[in-house]
Amino acid sequence: MKILVPIKRVVDYNIQVHPTADGKAVDISGLKMSPNPFDENAIEEAIRLKEAGTASEVVMVSFGTESNHDVLRHGLAMGADRAILVKTDKTLGSLGIAKLLKALIEKEAPNLVLMGKQSVDDDAGQAPQMLAGLLGWAQGTFVSQLTIENQTAHVVREVDGGTESLSLKLPAVISADLRLNAPRFVKLPNLMMAKKKPIESIEAETLLPLKDLKVKTIAVEYPASRGPAKILNSVDELINALKNEAGVL
Amino acid sequence: MSILILADHNGHSLKISTRQAVTAAKLLGDETHLLLVGANLDELIEEARQLSGVSKVLVADAPHLIHAVAEDIAPLITCIAASYRTIFGGHSSFTRDVLPRVAAMTDVSMISDVIEILDYRTFKRPIYAGNLVSTVQSDDPIQVLTIRGSRYKPSELNPANTADVERIEVPAQGLQLATWQSETKQSSDRPELANARIVISGGRSLGSQEKFQATLGPLAEKLNAAIGASRAAVDAGYAPNDAQVGQTGTQVAPDLYIAFGISGSIQHTAGIKDSKVIVAVNLDPDAPIFQIADYGLVADLFDVIPQLTNAV
Ligand SMILES: Cc1cc2nc3c(=O)[nH]c(=O)nc-3n(C[C@H](O)[C@H](O)[C@H](O)COP(=O)(O)OP(=O)(O)OC[C@H]3O[C@@H](n4cnc5c(N)ncnc54)[C@H](O)[C@@H]3O)c2cc1C
Ligand SMILES: Nc1ncnc2c1ncn2[C@@H]1O[C@H](COP(=O)(O)O)[C@@H](O)[C@H]1O
Repeated sequence: MKILVPIKRVVDYNIQVHPTADGKAVDISGLKMSPNPFDENAIEEAIRLKEAGTASEVVMVSFGTESNHDVLRHGLAMGADRAILVKTDKTLGSLGIAKLLKALIEKEAPNLVLMGKQSVDDDAGQAPQMLAGLLGWAQGTFVSQLTIENQTAHVVREVDGGTESLSLKLPAVISADLRLNAPRFVKLPNLMMAKKKPIESIEAETLLPLKDLKVKTIAVEYPASRGPAKILNSVDELINALKNEAGVL
Repeated sequence: MSILILADHNGHSLKISTRQAVTAAKLLGDETHLLLVGANLDELIEEARQLSGVSKVLVADAPHLIHAVAEDIAPLITCIAASYRTIFGGHSSFTRDVLPRVAAMTDVSMISDVIEILDYRTFKRPIYAGNLVSTVQSDDPIQVLTIRGSRYKPSELNPANTADVERIEVPAQGLQLATWQSETKQSSDRPELANARIVISGGRSLGSQEKFQATLGPLAEKLNAAIGASRAAVDAGYAPNDAQVGQTGTQVAPDLYIAFGISGSIQHTAGIKDSKVIVAVNLDPDAPIFQIADYGLVADLFDVIPQLTNAV
C-alpha cells in the first residue's frame, strides 16, 4: 500500500503574528516556519503503518516555493521515503490545493491519503474533504484512531459530543486530529541523512492550469482586545464582582 | 434569494447551532430552506416547519440514511445547489465534515467559521487561532459557509409558522464508500458546552480524571454550568475529547467562563474570546490567561473551588 501525505509549511504555532502595515494581509516575513502540526500527525501515522508492514511506501508532497524544502526534509528525517515539491508562488486556497492533489494522485496512484485536519494559519479545515469529494473517495475526518485491514480503513473520529467509528473503503482520504499519535522527534543524524535525499520538483502548471482564487482577503485586523484582568484578593470579592459589577451570577 | 441550511440534528431534535443558523440566514437572503437528512424524520419535520424564519423544509428521509455519512449526503445537496445563492450550516463537526465536500463537488470555494456577516458575500473569520481576524469577499456564484452561532439567538418555534415540506429524491441505496459502525456519546444532563450560559474549565493541574470530576463537578452542578478542559487535560485523559475548548476544540461563548489552572495558550484562548466575562484562577501571576481575562485570582484552585461552591 502506498500512502501520500501532503504537508503544509506554516508559521510556527507558538509565534504571534501581526497584520501588514496596510492592514490587507498577514505579515509573515522573517517568522519561524514549521510543518503544520496536524500534518506531522499524518506523517507519523503513515510511517507507523510502514513500520508495521501495512504500507510499502510513504510519499510526501508540499505545494509552495523552494523554501518548503525544510518541511519536506523534516518529514524525510522522520522516515518518509520520498518527497515532492510542487512549485507555485500562488495562494491557492483549500480548493486549489485539493485540485492539484487530485492531479498528482492520478500520477502517483496512492491507496491512502493522510492529511492534517486543518491548517493552523488559515484554520480552514477543508482540503481533505474537498479532495475526497473531487476523487469520489471515502473520507475519514478528525481521526484519532486508525487501523487498516484488507481493503478497509477503520477510523475513530472526534465529533461533537463524543466519538464515532466508521469503516472506509480504500482508497480513501483521512484527516488527522492531534490525538491520533505523538509525532516522533527528529534526531540530528537523521536530519543530516535527509539532507542528502533528493526532493523531486514539479511545476504546478504542468499538473493543472492554475486559476485565480475566488475568495479574496480584503482586510486583516486584530480581534477586539480584552483584559488584562482586574486582580482580586478573595473569593468573596470575586463573587461580589460577578454579581454586582458584571451581572453574570 | 434563497438560502439552504444543512440541519444538524440527533434524530429527535435540531441542534442549537442549526437554530442559530436560521437566525443568521436572515442577513443573507429572503427565503430560507432547511434540509433534513436521516431516517424516520416525522418528529423533526414538525419541529423544523415551525421554526420561525424557515419557509421550506426539504426532506431526504430513507432507512439507509439513518447514520448518513458525508459521501451520501453531499450528492443530495449538489443536485439542488444551483437553486441557491448560499448553502451553509452552523459550525459543528457534522457540517465541517459534509460542506467542504459539497463545495468541491460544486466547484466553489468555501468559507469556514464565519463570525460576522457583512453582506451576502463578505464575511469576517478568525485566522491563526483567533490571533487575527480577516475580512474575505467571495466572487463565487454560490457561497458555501459554516457560521459560528454564538452571535445569533437561536430561532424560536412558532406554531403559526408552517413551512412547506418537500421530499427530495434519494437514491435507493447508499454509495457504501463509508459505513457507520458505532458511536460513543457522553450523555449528560448538563448544558451543551457550545451553548451553556456558564462554562467552567480545568487544565493539566487538576492532576487526574478523578480529581477533575470531584473538584469541578459539584461547582458545575451548582452553577448549572458545562465543564470544559484544556487540551493538556484532555490528552492526559482527565476529561473527554469533546470537552476540549479552543482552536481545535469547541469555541464557547457563555456569559461567564472560568478557567481553573489553565495557562492561557493562544490555542486555548482562541476558543473563549467570545465569552462575556472571563475569570482566571491561576497560581502563577504571570500566566498569560490574566492578559485576556476580566477578573483574576492568583490562588490555588483547590482552595478556591470549594469556597466558590459553598458560596454560590
Ligand atoms: C495545533 C495545536 C492545537 C491546539 N489546540 C488546543 C485547543 O484547542 N485547546 C487547548 O486548550 N489547547 C490546545 N493546544 C495546546 C496548547 O498549546 C497548550 O499546550 C494547552 O492549552 C495547555 O494546557 P494547560 O493550560 O492545561 O496546561 P499548562 O500550560 O501546563 O498550564 C497549567 C497552568 O496551571 C497553573 N496551575 C498549576 N497548579 C495550579 C493550582 N493548584 N491552582 C491554580 N493554578 C495552577 C500553572 O500556573 C499553569 O499556568 C493546541 C496545541 C497545538 C500545537
Ligand atoms: N500548501 C500545501 N501543501 C501541502 N499540503 C497542504 C497545503 N495546504 C493544505 N494542505 C493539506 O491540507 C490540510 C488542511 O486543509 P486546509 O485547512 O483546508 O488548508 C493540511 O493539513 C495539509 O495536509
